[in-house]
Formats: sequence, structure tokens, C-alpha cells
Amino acid sequence: MKSMPTDNAALTLIDVMIRLDGRTLIDISATVEPGEVLTVMGPSGAGKSTLLHALAGSLAPAFDLSGTVTMGGEDILSLPAETRRMGLLFQDPLLFPHLSVCGNVMIAIPRAVSKNRHERQDLAEDALTAIGLGGYGPRDPATLSGGQAARVALQRTLLSGPRALLLDEPFSKLDAALRQDMRRLVFDHAKARKLPVVLVTHDPADAEAAGGEIFQLD
Amino acid sequence: MPDPHRTVPDRVRTLPGWLRLAPAFTIALLIVPVAAGLVAALLPAFGYFPPLGGMGPSLDPLRDVLSAPGIGRSIFLAAMVGLVSSAIALGLTFILLACVWDTPCLSAVRRLVAPLLSVPHAAAAVGLAFLIAPSGFLFRLISPGLTGWDRPPDLLIVNDEWGLAMIAGLVAKEMPFLLLMALAALPALDGSRRRMVMASLGYGRGTGFFVAVAPQLYRLIRLPVFAVIAYASSVADVAIVLGPTTPAPLPVRILEWSSDPDLSTRFMAAAAALVQIVVTLSVLGLWMLGERVAGWLWLKVTTSGLRSGGGPPMRAAGIVLGLAPMLAIALGILLLILWSVAGPWRFPDSFPASLSLRSWMQMGSDAMELTITSLIVAIVPTLVAGVLIIACLEVEQRTGRTGGSRSLLVLYLPLLVPQVTFLFGLQFLSIVGRTDGMIMSVMMAHLVFILPYMFLSLADPYRRFDKRMLQVAAGLGMGFWRQLFQIRLPMMVGPILTALAIGIAVSIGQYLPTLLIGAGRVPTLTTEAVALSAGGDRRALAVAATLQALLPFVAFWIALAVPSFLARHRRGMQIR
Repeated sequence: MKSMPTDNAALTLIDVMIRLDGRTLIDISATVEPGEVLTVMGPSGAGKSTLLHALAGSLAPAFDLSGTVTMGGEDILSLPAETRRMGLLFQDPLLFPHLSVCGNVMIAIPRAVSKNRHERQDLAEDALTAIGLGGYGPRDPATLSGGQAARVALQRTLLSGPRALLLDEPFSKLDAALRQDMRRLVFDHAKARKLPVVLVTHDPADAEAAGGEIFQLD
Repeated sequence: MPDPHRTVPDRVRTLPGWLRLAPAFTIALLIVPVAAGLVAALLPAFGYFPPLGGMGPSLDPLRDVLSAPGIGRSIFLAAMVGLVSSAIALGLTFILLACVWDTPCLSAVRRLVAPLLSVPHAAAAVGLAFLIAPSGFLFRLISPGLTGWDRPPDLLIVNDEWGLAMIAGLVAKEMPFLLLMALAALPALDGSRRRMVMASLGYGRGTGFFVAVAPQLYRLIRLPVFAVIAYASSVADVAIVLGPTTPAPLPVRILEWSSDPDLSTRFMAAAAALVQIVVTLSVLGLWMLGERVAGWLWLKVTTSGLRSGGGPPMRAAGIVLGLAPMLAIALGILLLILWSVAGPWRFPDSFPASLSLRSWMQMGSDAMELTITSLIVAIVPTLVAGVLIIACLEVEQRTGRTGGSRSLLVLYLPLLVPQVTFLFGLQFLSIVGRTDGMIMSVMMAHLVFILPYMFLSLADPYRRFDKRMLQVAAGLGMGFWRQLFQIRLPMMVGPILTALAIGIAVSIGQYLPTLLIGAGRVPTLTTEAVALSAGGDRRALAVAATLQALLPFVAFWIALAVPSFLARHRRGMQIR
């Protein structure tokens, strides 16, 4: 069994500017080292999520994007979304409702890792066991609790072999106790795998837990 | 290293380039047949059609039409029936909505609409005839007890000279369509809050609806209303089953002329098809005049501050009135089924003396063949339309370019131009191209009518789809096709199957395209039911009409059952 190459490169944003109807929403230059977190803060409507969409490759066509984003010397913005390997986590877990819990994880495993169905399934089951959800594979994702679903979503993203994590208010819908656990889980994983993380939030506690550079939007 | 100040040009690379041609292709598919059909009807109308010896230009065909016996009456009937039936259908729709909006009854109405919408016009008309004819079910129920009749009275109820039965049939059949459109538009008007505001101003439910909701609701469903008017003023199958006969409304006479063995009458048919456009346009013009008057009246009444709503008795009356036409259709369908399995059934008896499958046996092999043809003619274009529509919507979603109101107009084009006119032109073209009577041509014609309805049904769920699902999928490394086939389409299996069922229902209901483009050589359940309606064999008619009504119903049933089955262990899947 092979595993995905971890690139462990920094995510570099150079003069990234996003405009809508001539109005500049975002103008940012930053370098996010592997395992570090860049926190983007600002009130809702300031265009925080727009930055993530630009990095992920899902920016709505109405926006104008200019500038450069690189990872390990590769120009990210010239790649289509599906080859950028930017792991996305939203405030909703967004598990695919038509698949089982295991199916949700299996669908994320790159074919480069394994093409064998059984092997993929074993990998997925192992990954579920690792987050305390062993035996949950055949279940309907809609039956999971909020915390369980959030963990599956994280594990799904990690298994896809991302080069960076993009987090869009990922903890805002969890209750206080759970939020602590998820924060630790996400940031620990990012650190362990040396993934650069861009976190968008309006919660100062998130920024504090992330412990990295903070970029304030207004 | 790229220039850091460049503008990143293109974020839709994910979309395969050739797919971007889908919208243009689909628009052409809607416009070209209509335009070509119109032109092809225009030329012979002025005497120019060399294959039949018409070297025109000449006004003779038009003159012949206008001097045909009873033509004035035919024109009047087409216009009058179109105008009156649409007005009543719209009125009843609004009355029903005024009584049930913002109540739990609304969802009951919603559930009623879909199955009734699936009933083909011809089957609905035949069922209605079985219900209200002098020898029909209603008279049987009250005979001889109340009437003293032991034989059917000599009354002209069906095919009456004022087209009342035809108007009733059209109202009953158009109401579900208008209701569906209104129900789809209603959420945009935020009914609950308006109801609260109106209640705080002292308005009852009914008056509140007409003051605060009706005008905007009408504006939202104006195009569908126009489609209903255009359809009702140029409809042939309902006219043949329920309409006046001496003389018949204009569309029926066009059909007669176009199928006359004497080929020279084809020129008359073309000219009459031209007159039909003028009739339909005039009716639409009159309607727009009516809109002005209604708007003025509305302003008068609403600014007077009149609030009295009439209370619960009025509401109950409104609900009964609004539901009556649709119940009539449901009852009619039950009568179709009953007649198809009826043994001896003498006049005053309310129910047949015994049941038998003889009619089904007798029709057996014919019915099987007709069913198979109908299904092929329905399923192939429905699948083609499904692929095209998904391609169009995918392009729209990925590029953010919606066609806006102009594309909506293109979508409605085949529904606004009188069918009989451009189909008649297409028939001319297919004769020239020697493609008439080919099942391929019939399927192409059906496609033109299927596309708009399927698009209207699928567009909303497609646009409402949570795009973040696809963004997550892309983040997981899934490209365009995997996002489409592994995420979006499986998640949308409910709306997609519903759209396919609508396509099949619309196709099964098509009478004119099947008859004209099929040149009578592609018989379907629909053409058979309409042809049998003129004869005396009620049981054979009942079998054909039952089958015609059954196919769309089965399609809708599958569209409901399959997604529920697939999602039986998936609570997060929204089936509706």
C-alpha cells in the first residue's frame, strides 16, 4: 500500500486581490508555513469566504481575481479545482447524503493510494476507527451526531491527501465543549502532517487556538 | 513564475469545452422547428408549394377558407373557447388559492396537482364525456329515480354547439397546470408574513389574498397563463372529443382539410393555419386588454378598503368550486377504467351488471402495439431532453450565465405559437424531405414540446442544489464528471426522475404532433383514443383512454417510488 506524497510546502499568496464590481474585497500577501495557521477574521459579508473560494478554485465568475498563489513553486491558480488538492471544511460537515459513512470516506481515497475496492474499504474503516467511529461504516450519515459528522468530514478530507486545509468557520455550529475538541483535533492533525491551514472565522477563540498569524478584514 | 499582477482569467476550466455548446444547441432545437414550421405554413398559405402544383403567390387559398361554410362560427368558437376556458381556469385557480393559502390545505392541494397534471388531455376529455353525457354516469345516478328516464335523454351535452363541454374539459385540465405554476411561485411571495400583515389591517384570508398576493402572483405566472390561452385557442384533441361539430372549432377544420385526400385542400389548410395564428394572437391581445381592465377594477376595489371576506361559508364554497373541475377529471378516469372492464351496462343502471376483461382481450394485441409505440415515442425524446437540460443547467451553474428572461421566452416559444400552425408547416417540410410518417420525425416533434416542461421542472431543484457539496468534492480531487455522476446526479435522483416522468406524460399527451408529423402512420394510444371517440364503441375507447392515462401515472409512480426506495436508509436525501 502506497500513501500519498506529502509535499509539506508553504502556501504563498502574493498580491492576491479579489474585486466585485470594481470594489476591492480582499488584498492580501502572506506565507503560510507547513503546520502553521493563517487566520482571516472579519465581520460577515466582508468576503472572508471569498478568499477560500479563490484558493479552492470555486470562486463565482462574478468576482475578479488577480495575483499569484504558489505551493512548492507550483502555480495554484492555474490549476482546476480538482487538482489543487485543497481540503475544504465548512461549518456544516456536508457528508454526501446518498452514501454510507464508509462510502463518504472511501470516495475521498485517491486512486493512487489503492485501486482495490477491499483495500479502500479497509483503509476507510481504519480511518473511522481512528476517530472513534469503528463499526459506523454502514450507517446513514444523517444518523450521526454533529460531533461525529464533523470528525468524519475531517477524516474524509485528510484521507484525500490534501496539500493544505481551507477552513470556513468550521467550528461555529458545534456546541462549546465539542468545539474545543474539534479545534484541537483539526490543528493537531494539520501540525502532524505539516499542512498549511487557512482559517476563516469571526470567533476570536478560534484565532487564539490556531495560534498563527491573523489577517484582519474590514 | 507567472506575472503576479495578471488577472486570473478562467475559473470554469473544470467544464469540458464542448459541453458549453449545449445551451445554444438546445435553443436552436426550440427555435428552428417553430420558425421553420411557421415559414413552411406561410408559403402554401399564399399558394406557393411546387410539389403540389402551387406556383403562387395567390390569395385564393385564403379566399377559399374565408368563404368556407360556417368558417365565421369556427373562428368564433376557437377564440371564445380559448378565452373563456382560460379565464375560468385562472379565476378558479385564484379562488382556490385564496381559500387555502397559508393553511395546511395547501399541501393537500399540492399533492392533488401532480397526478392530475399527468392525465393526458384526450383521456381527461373522454372521461369527462363519460361523466356528463346524456347516457353518462351523472344521469345514470339520478335516473330513473329523479328524472323518470329509462333511456338516455335526447340532449346535446357533449359536443354542444356553444362548446360548453369543451370549455369544462379545458378548465379541468388547465387548472392543475396553473395551480402547479402558482404553487411554485407562491413561496417567493412570502405568504405567511403577508397574511399576518393583512390580518393586522383587518383583512380576512380571501380578501387579503386578492389585495396582497394576487397581483404579484399573476405577474409571476403570466407566461404560463399565455401558454394556456394559446393552447386552449388552438387545441384539437379536446375539441374533437368534446367540442361542437357543425361547425367545429377552427383547429379541427384545419386537421380535416390537411387530411383530405384531395390534395388541393392542403392550400386551404395552410391558409387556415395562418388564420389560426391571427385568432390566437387576437385572443392574447384581448386578454391583455382584459388585464388592464382587471387591474383598474382591482385598484378601485382595493383602495376602497373593502374588507369583508364572507367568512367560512364562502371559503368552503370557494374550495368546493375550485376542486370541482379536478374531481371531475378524477371521477372521469375512474369511469374510463370501469367502462373498460364493464360487462353489460344498460342505461339507467348506475353500475355495470357484471365485470369482464373481454374488451381488454379484444384490444389485446392492438393495445400492446399502441402502448409500445407510445412508450418508444415518449421515452427516447425524454431521455434526450434530460441529457440536454442537465447539460444546459450544468453550463449555467458553472459559468454563472443564466439566460435571463429572454431564454425563458425561448423556452415558452413552442407553447405560445399555436401548435396546429407550425406543426402543419413542419408536416409540409417533412413531406418535402420524405421524413413524414417516420417515427424519428415524430420523436423530434415531441422533443420540442417535452423540453420546456422538463426544463421548468428541473431548473429549480438544480439551482437550489448546495454547491458546497461540489466544492468539497472538488477538494477531494473529483473532476467534473465524477462530481456530476457520483455526487450531483445521485443526490438529485428524485427531481430528475420527476422531470423524466413529466417528459413522458407530456409526450403521451401529444395528439397533433403525433398525427401531423406521423402522417397517421405512427398510431399511438393518443391518436387511437381520439379516433375511437367519434365511434360508438365505448369499451374500446375506454381501454385506449385508460391505457393513455395509465402510462404517465405509472411514470410518476416510478418517479416517486424509486427515489424513496434508494433513499430508504438515507434520511439526508431530500426526495421532494
